[in-house]
Amino acid sequence: MCASGKYSSRGPALIPRMKTKHRIYYITLFSVVLLGLIATGMFQFWPHSIESTADWTLDKRSVHDAPLVRLPVSSPIPERGDLSCRMHTCFDVYRCGYNPKNRIKVYIYPLQRLVDEVGVPISSTGLSREYNDLLSAISDSDFYTDDVTRACLFVPSIDVLNQNSLRIRETAQALAILPRWDRGMNHLLFNMLPGGPPDYNTALDVPRDRALLAGGGFSTWTYRQGYDVSIPVYSPLSADVELPERQPGPRRYFILSSQTAIHREYRGELERLKEENGEALLLLDKCSNLSQGAASVRKRCYKSQVYDYPQVLQESSFCVVLRGARLGQATLSDVLQAGCVPVVLADSYILPFSEVLDWKRASVVIPEEKLPEMYTILKSIPHRQVEEMQRQARWFWDAYFSSMKAIGMTTLQIINDRIYPYAAHTYEQWNNPPVVKWSSVNSPLFLPLIPPRSPGFTAVVLTYDRIESLFRVITEISKVPSLAKLLVVWNNQNKSPPEGEKFKCPECTAIDGLSLDQTHMVERSECINKFASVFGTMPLKVVEHRADPVLYKDDFPEKLKSFPNIGSL
Amino acid sequence: MKAKKRYLFLLSAGACLVLLFYFGGGVPLPKASRGGGHERGGREGKREGHQPWPHFSDPLQGFVPSWDHTDTEEYNLHVSPRQKRDVTAGVFRGRGCRMDTCFDSSLCRKHGLRVYVYPLVKGEKISESYQNILSTIEGSRFYTSDPAQACLFVLSLDTLDRDQLSPQYVHNLKAKVTSLPLWNDGRNHLIFNLYSGTWPDYTEDLGFDIGQAMLAKASLNTEHFRPGFDVSIPLFSKDHPQKGGERGWLVRNGVPPARKYLLMFKGKRYLTGIGSDTRNALHHIHNGKDIVSLTTCRHGKDWEKHKDARCDHDNLEYERFDYQELLHNSTFCLVPRGRRLGSFRFLESLQAACIPVLLSNGWELPFSDVIQWNQAVMEGDERLLLQVPSTVRAVGSDRVLALRQRTQMLWEAYFSSVDKIVLTTLEIIKDRVFSHVSRNKYMWNSQPGGLLVLPEYSTHLAHFPFFFLSLGVSPGHEFTAVIQAVSPLVSQSQPIMKLLQVVSRSKYCSQIIILWNSEKPPPPRSKWPPMPVPLTVTDGHRKTTSRFLPHVSIETEAVLSLDEDTVLMTSEVNFAFLVWRSFPDRIVGYPPRSHFWDPLKKAWGYTSKWTNEYSIVLTGAAFYHRYYHYLFTHYLPPSLRTLVDTTSNCEDILMNFLVSSVTHLPPIKVAQRKQYKELPSPQGTKAGPWVNPEHFNQRQECVNAFASWFGYMPLVHSQFRLDPVLFKDQVSVLRKKYKDLERA
Repeated sequence: MCASGKYSSRGPALIPRMKTKHRIYYITLFSVVLLGLIATGMFQFWPHSIESTADWTLDKRSVHDAPLVRLPVSSPIPERGDLSCRMHTCFDVYRCGYNPKNRIKVYIYPLQRLVDEVGVPISSTGLSREYNDLLSAISDSDFYTDDVTRACLFVPSIDVLNQNSLRIRETAQALAILPRWDRGMNHLLFNMLPGGPPDYNTALDVPRDRALLAGGGFSTWTYRQGYDVSIPVYSPLSADVELPERQPGPRRYFILSSQTAIHREYRGELERLKEENGEALLLLDKCSNLSQGAASVRKRCYKSQVYDYPQVLQESSFCVVLRGARLGQATLSDVLQAGCVPVVLADSYILPFSEVLDWKRASVVIPEEKLPEMYTILKSIPHRQVEEMQRQARWFWDAYFSSMKAIGMTTLQIINDRIYPYAAHTYEQWNNPPVVKWSSVNSPLFLPLIPPRSPGFTAVVLTYDRIESLFRVITEISKVPSLAKLLVVWNNQNKSPPEGEKFKCPECTAIDGLSLDQTHMVERSECINKFASVFGTMPLKVVEHRADPVLYKDDFPEKLKSFPNIGSL
Repeated sequence: MKAKKRYLFLLSAGACLVLLFYFGGGVPLPKASRGGGHERGGREGKREGHQPWPHFSDPLQGFVPSWDHTDTEEYNLHVSPRQKRDVTAGVFRGRGCRMDTCFDSSLCRKHGLRVYVYPLVKGEKISESYQNILSTIEGSRFYTSDPAQACLFVLSLDTLDRDQLSPQYVHNLKAKVTSLPLWNDGRNHLIFNLYSGTWPDYTEDLGFDIGQAMLAKASLNTEHFRPGFDVSIPLFSKDHPQKGGERGWLVRNGVPPARKYLLMFKGKRYLTGIGSDTRNALHHIHNGKDIVSLTTCRHGKDWEKHKDARCDHDNLEYERFDYQELLHNSTFCLVPRGRRLGSFRFLESLQAACIPVLLSNGWELPFSDVIQWNQAVMEGDERLLLQVPSTVRAVGSDRVLALRQRTQMLWEAYFSSVDKIVLTTLEIIKDRVFSHVSRNKYMWNSQPGGLLVLPEYSTHLAHFPFFFLSLGVSPGHEFTAVIQAVSPLVSQSQPIMKLLQVVSRSKYCSQIIILWNSEKPPPPRSKWPPMPVPLTVTDGHRKTTSRFLPHVSIETEAVLSLDEDTVLMTSEVNFAFLVWRSFPDRIVGYPPRSHFWDPLKKAWGYTSKWTNEYSIVLTGAAFYHRYYHYLFTHYLPPSLRTLVDTTSNCEDILMNFLVSSVTHLPPIKVAQRKQYKELPSPQGTKAGPWVNPEHFNQRQECVNAFASWFGYMPLVHSQFRLDPVLFKDQVSVLRKKYKDLERA
């Protein structure tokens, strides 16, 4: 209002020939325009509240609005995946370029409704909820670019998460007509459920030429190390169920098996283990009396006893994750969420994100043929290690499994680490839970170094104006053979530092009693409290020892001691 | 007037439209302001087809539409997992070999990973390097001379150099190998190789069919590497030391860490053939100032035939710099591929703490299963040579320091000798065979390195003495005292009785173990005094090494090792224990000794004289981590332990060697009330062996024998002693916690 008043007073000056009766008209007009400008400004820069309404307007967009694309029968099919592909042979690094942020740029193709020549969709689900979440997460991230010419990585909006819902040939054709396909170079596909009956291949069967595959369920024979990314099979329960983190420690059961479709050979072996070890094992199966449907997903049974799934997983130290038709199992995600240590029995399986995650600290991998020895093997693991694994398992879930966003971001970061290896995340960054990050000492300067063999130090002397004692310190310290450099920090702004050797300071008085001054001590205590509260913890450690020369105050001829004068202070 | 009105009307209508446009949501507002780059915000929405992903809000289906497992159930009906395993094993052979399919781990079940080396065949020449490899295996704890016990077999035929043009090339290998009675199509065999293929294409062909054998090979290509089966090893020269090896050359850690040159390369340029593309381009980044990249054409017989316009100029420039000088004074060293993917300069730069910048596309780096190379080297891309200068310039000081330190750690842990290279190879294979008792990546990539972290002891990081700081935890608050008893129990006033009282009174003592090593049988329980802590008597079978056996009854991390005649006070014990908790990876004790180099005898000497420095703390009274018991018994070779047992001497020296070789640090001496003097023991006990001058000579010999096994002198001198704060200070005794220590 204030502002509009100012404008109105200037009215005549701005439009001199205008009559007064029009003035009121102008005032209104300017106010309206001004209001409009303010509103626009708020709209643009208001942090979140208004933007969420903007989201709302965006979200009204529907998949049904996507353009319909018809694939001709004769449309070309890409070549099958090339098993010998590696980053240096099948990936075009020039697209990523040198960039000061060391971050790859990812482009997402706009959504299309793909149908074959007679109008049947190429996928039974179309865009799935999970893939939409994944792509949305990428587009919200720093990796995203909307500029196809600047992109280093291309993500098709064709959902291939579940091979079962795809028509293989048509999907391949759809890939091949992507505008930047170029033999699949720099394209990234996400697939969680590969293969199909009867053989269940361990990688997506859609011919995809040189495209990178982020796949859940790779075996060592299909996984192209350093090229593909092994990802988890997302468990939809992650979003539905909230399991509070449990303190690590012993649980009611030692081993729990919760999967419902376990081969009878393996179920037989598990039952044998149960006979031998009794209560320590809990073998759950489907509830036969419950009707099929959403509810049955959340229940498991042992005989007539009904258990809530996945809550029951929190009752066990170890949880079995056995291979099914596929190597990757969504159970792994549930088990990690429950902070239960997964016992993975899936020969040749490449564990999710194994390129960066140290699974030995969060899981136990046992060859399938050693299933009968599982109990003995697990019993041999020390308690403290089991607790650490439980903590680690939960942390892996929190950081890398908990949502499609987490899975997507981890995948892109892994690829990013390959393209900019010198800016890659470290082992500690990937594997240490935040608790450890704060309590551990891992800075490069404090590494448990192999001690340098050429000793030498820089002396830094802080001074105010006690020149005499400063010179005394300098004279003494310069006698030390290993002194490399001496740095004096002059801390008195009112006086310039002395020049050269001739300096004398008659007016200086020693204030040796400083440390005895009560207020001084109080101030320092306050400092300590302040620092401790800023750090959130007390980093100082108390010790009861002090270093002295070997023969310090020993009954030994002083002349023969290397450091005879120490202690005379 | 009318025109004006119309003008005004238009204006206001326009304003209204603008407002409507914004409020009505006609323009999707760019999300850029939240997500990322500034440059994006302005453009977005303006151009067609450049909209962000629209975050569809339709009720979409889940990617697993129906939640039943009919898939798996049906599959289960038809496929037996056991059958499937057998089928897989049959299919994946040769290039598809994995441990599951080409290695019979049941052979390792009974005796663990034992390695058999075929006997030498008369008339077969073996190169020096291969001889070193074989003697390492034969001297290691993995070796067995009985093929029936073995689970891994190593040929005595030299397979290191498979370049047909090389003088070392062994002919007719195919026939020789297949005629071996235990060959079995190479199953459970390990083949070492440094060079394969030959001019001009240098393929990875070994010139004979290796069947199902594993390869430990240098310059492996990622495409041929069979993950989890082969082991990539570094290329090493024939002068590479068999044992010990030189330490890294990082002598000082200046901040800022920059050296005289930023980046250097000095080497051959191939005018034609494989690998020449990369090397021919290297001169582009040479600036003669901080980046020195020199190539020479002058190598081989007929270089002048192929020489090009650059050669003369380059050759001149090449002579201006000295390789060693560059190596020691560069922050980064270029390691481009040669004819093959690996090169000697990789290990050379690693040792020199010159951070390797790799330009060798497709090279499976040495021990890539376990080593995190991106923390020690810069992995470049041959295609992006011209980006290398700006990339290395952008590396921050903290990262340079971290990379440089990691080069030294890796060099000393895995590469400094043939011994380490071979043992690392074997340990990697062992970790695969016994995957549930194996090291994690952290153990492999932090001090002191995987070879010294034995997973059979524990797979839990906090059970080792090395990782407390990085895990942010502290060692436990209790210790176990292990007392070595050699004299029979005759009187209640014997020193051991006093010692038991003193130690058991410490509030940190959780239990006492008496290791009975006397000729007489141990006395009944009633003869021992009542104790506030559990007391166990264990038979040591009169072996000196038994004092360092990893007794299962030791449950605390700290061990207090004692001789029966040690004279100590409870407060001394307490103080030393608290010091140990600050230095859990070192030996903390009282009586010091020292080693020295005797230039006249050209041998190591040992002294018990009071000196200004020490390198040994006697284990007759010392704290250390119980893991060292395990290392002593399982890591050291039987030969050294036998030496200790036959002489009944030197076990304490050996323990000091072991711990210092692990930590690269000296032991710690703490304050002690009385100097532990080597005087004749009081009457009633057996005279200590140290009265015997022979005993002392033996110790001298031990020091030399141990140094030769380690391949270097691991002991390190220290000049300090840790005393209680206020120790012998002129303040009131009442203020001192450890006043007893000052009483004469």
